[in-house]
Amino acid sequence: MQVQLKVNGKAATLDVAPNTLLVQAIREQLRLTGTHVGCDTAQCGACTVLVDGHAIKSCNTLAAQHPGAEITTIEGIAAADGTMHPMQAAFKECHGLQCGFCTPGMVMSALDLCRQSPQASEGEIRDLLEGNICRCTGYQNIVKAVQQGQAAMARA
Amino acid sequence: MGASDFSKLPHIGEAIRRKEDYRFLTGAGQYTDDINLANQRVAVFVRSPHAHAAIRSIDASRAEAMPGVARVFTGKDVEGKMGGLPCGWLITSTDGTPMKEPPHPILAQGKVRYVGDHVAMVVADTLQQAKDAAEAVEVEYDVLPAVVRVEDAKKGPALHDAAPDNRCYKWAIGDKAQVDAAFAKAAHVTKLDLVNNRLVPNPLEPRAAIGSYNRASDEYTLYVSNQNPHVERLLMTAFVLGLPEHKVRVIAPDVGGGFGAKIYLYAEDVALTWAAKQLNCAIKWTCERSEAFLCDAHGRDHVSHAEMAMDQDGKFLALRVHTDANLGAYLSTFSTAVPTILYATLLAGQYTTPQVYCEVDAWFTNTAPVDAYRGAGRPEATYLLERLVTRCAWEMGLGQDEIRNRNFITQFPYQTPVALQYDTGDFHACMDKAKKLAEVEGFAARRKASEARGLKRGIGYSSYIEACGIAPSNIAGALGARAGLFECGEIRVHPTGSVTVFTGSHSHGQGHETSFAQVVAARLGIPIENVDVVHGDTGRVPFGMGTYGSRSISVGGAAIMRALDKIETKAKKIAAHLMEASDADIEFAGGEFTVKGTDKKIPFGQVALTAYVPHNYPLDKLEPGLNETAFYDPTNFTFPGGTYIAEVEVDPATGVVRIDRFTAVDDFGTIINPMIVEGQVHGGLAQGIGQALMEQCVYDRETGQLLTGSFMDYAMPRADDLPSFRLDTNATPCTHNPLGTKGCGEAGAIGSPPAVINAVLDALADLGVKDIDMPASPSRVWEAIQAAR
Ligand code: FES
Ligand code: FES
Repeated sequence: MQVQLKVNGKAATLDVAPNTLLVQAIREQLRLTGTHVGCDTAQCGACTVLVDGHAIKSCNTLAAQHPGAEITTIEGIAAADGTMHPMQAAFKECHGLQCGFCTPGMVMSALDLCRQSPQASEGEIRDLLEGNICRCTGYQNIVKAVQQGQAAMARA
Repeated sequence: MGASDFSKLPHIGEAIRRKEDYRFLTGAGQYTDDINLANQRVAVFVRSPHAHAAIRSIDASRAEAMPGVARVFTGKDVEGKMGGLPCGWLITSTDGTPMKEPPHPILAQGKVRYVGDHVAMVVADTLQQAKDAAEAVEVEYDVLPAVVRVEDAKKGPALHDAAPDNRCYKWAIGDKAQVDAAFAKAAHVTKLDLVNNRLVPNPLEPRAAIGSYNRASDEYTLYVSNQNPHVERLLMTAFVLGLPEHKVRVIAPDVGGGFGAKIYLYAEDVALTWAAKQLNCAIKWTCERSEAFLCDAHGRDHVSHAEMAMDQDGKFLALRVHTDANLGAYLSTFSTAVPTILYATLLAGQYTTPQVYCEVDAWFTNTAPVDAYRGAGRPEATYLLERLVTRCAWEMGLGQDEIRNRNFITQFPYQTPVALQYDTGDFHACMDKAKKLAEVEGFAARRKASEARGLKRGIGYSSYIEACGIAPSNIAGALGARAGLFECGEIRVHPTGSVTVFTGSHSHGQGHETSFAQVVAARLGIPIENVDVVHGDTGRVPFGMGTYGSRSISVGGAAIMRALDKIETKAKKIAAHLMEASDADIEFAGGEFTVKGTDKKIPFGQVALTAYVPHNYPLDKLEPGLNETAFYDPTNFTFPGGTYIAEVEVDPATGVVRIDRFTAVDDFGTIINPMIVEGQVHGGLAQGIGQALMEQCVYDRETGQLLTGSFMDYAMPRADDLPSFRLDTNATPCTHNPLGTKGCGEAGAIGSPPAVINAVLDALADLGVKDIDMPASPSRVWEAIQAAR
């Protein structure tokens, strides 16, 4: 079946089987491999993308469920000239990543988090990141990065 | 260049932001599953649903006839065509016999021995087709009784013909007679039984591999998420497939975490590589998380009894330990070294215990193979010793800090009774710094405040030491290692003075592309942007042993330093020629060559250009070019150590433990990039605290089924489970490597579990709780409180 999507600002028509997960469509058909798969139980958040501005786990939903949706992946948030989004820059500045595998999902969750709770405290950020597992960083620097990204986004 | 000159170079100790981050942050990283080759098929493994069973028959005919299916390979297809997976470390039992080394077939031969054991490999055009066909492979089993715990393994049934009593080896270290004599005259003996809980490493990127084959050149390429591609290639070619190494290239691209689980040669990697030739195509396999729980190497799983003999002042006289280690169903690559060489040799800890004796029995069980996981043996040793030491303090009526201070080693080098020689350290200084940072003097008041809220507050200490960068090769060889433990570095200076570094170590999140570049840039006095680091590809890097055991900077970095020595020596000769001076008068600092006592100077870049454009060059004495390789074999381990202090609040009504503050003061010697080092400590602490409070791999004791088979059942630490950490360091540089570095990757996971459990027990002491095993989950803590009442 055909699904029309807008992915990172570009229209895309996908020919997918009805049981194709959104993450499969993104990774395998659109070849946007920044969105990762870390589990098969919708627990880790490595696959998080924005659908119509909201962070969702793309391993937990079918591509066919989102006709006409605007999808943003990690590849779609830097400026056209490659300048990183303030949240990406904050992750680098705060050393909020190590192996980088959870990172795209973390950044996408962080974007939604900051939009929904621009005043979130450290404790609230820890709470709101509950759906994203990082095995490398111990989270402290991720939390710092989200705080810094949050401040930068508020200024922007 | 010596360690002390090195640590003074500009940029050494500077928190330079990571070069690799841009690609990871923009989705441009390339992990194995992101790669697709032309003419690629997909593999799915049929895995045993039983912990122990004889395979009566396998019928793959229906599966092979299904759409898109290229082949189904079973044990019969590989039998006699390849060896089994080798174990890299041979342990000799106390009676002089070699350990039992049963075959570890690539696809099961006649029997399966754990849930997840490889029975068949299905190759099809698409993942869905391969999965459907895997369902259609008909396997008939005769189910056999299973053993999961070591106490059950002792009573059989036997897993392997080669080990009828299920014991792999019975090993010991230390002087038993001397230890027994010391116990006989002790003023006090403290005893403790401990379980070191089994863990699943769970790097966030599941393992993945693509095997491919090129008929024209008769060459294989394996892309694999692995921590040491050269070792993978060596084991696969020399021990399993019998191929010449130059025909096999192993590429480990971006790797999404390893923590030990990706050090090993796995059956999947071999099967894919071999089958790629049989089917003349590329074959990709991506592990699913639930599959990873079943078949990645697990960690820990020790059951121990420990006893400390003391004099009346709490001075340690002797330590006696017996440990049963669960090795799982087969020997994984380094599994046998973990409960022996990497564990028992650390049992002296930071203390002047004159006698130590440790006996280790290692057992086969119907569980996934157990191997090195972050720290590998050292967390097990530290947990045992640091829990025991705190127990000693309580029984002797001393503070946890006091008993440690009384027994700390203060003279270096120090020869322990269990083989190691510590080169340097300052244990009192770490303790003092940690106490200050943890604001220990305010603890009593904080405890009162907690009590007012109906909560119990406790403080726990742990002073760990670890041995990193296993070395030297000849001693490791005498102890059973079947590989060398050196590292290789190549420095390729380009004509315009930029540099590519090829290292045999591997980065899977530790930031080597930055810290190694920092070493080279500092040493050559060139901008860090002019240095790129290449790793993880046997086709590009001359050789290597990969990354594990916190060896990268101390062994891999040292090899790079050796190569830089050679670069410097040659460059000085070129500079001497250019400035018409004698070699001996040339000095090199800050990226410039100068002639002693004159104002003559030329920059590094000019020397590099001259090496490649040798028009004015001593061609009669010197080859053109500036490219050097060095292999470095360390003369000793490095010994990071530190003191960790955990402070917890326990809710006695619910058993919930909250870490209120966690302080870690480490001695990592020279630090190249403090930001990266702190990140390593954070990650290690998260895994150690995870082990202490949450993580536990559970098999059903009767059936051998894995009960914690996904992130739904296996408790991974999340952001709100952990505190922010208080960190500091206290450096006593390593005396025997040219950087003075020690190793920081595992420290957090080693030092933190006993600190946390000691704190929990301290909190619950006045409720009568004496002991608690990890993980101190709410239900366990609650039950311990109820039982003590
Ligand atoms: S891959 Fe989607 S939550 Fe883990
Ligand atoms: S950076 Fe490796 S999982 Fe988060």
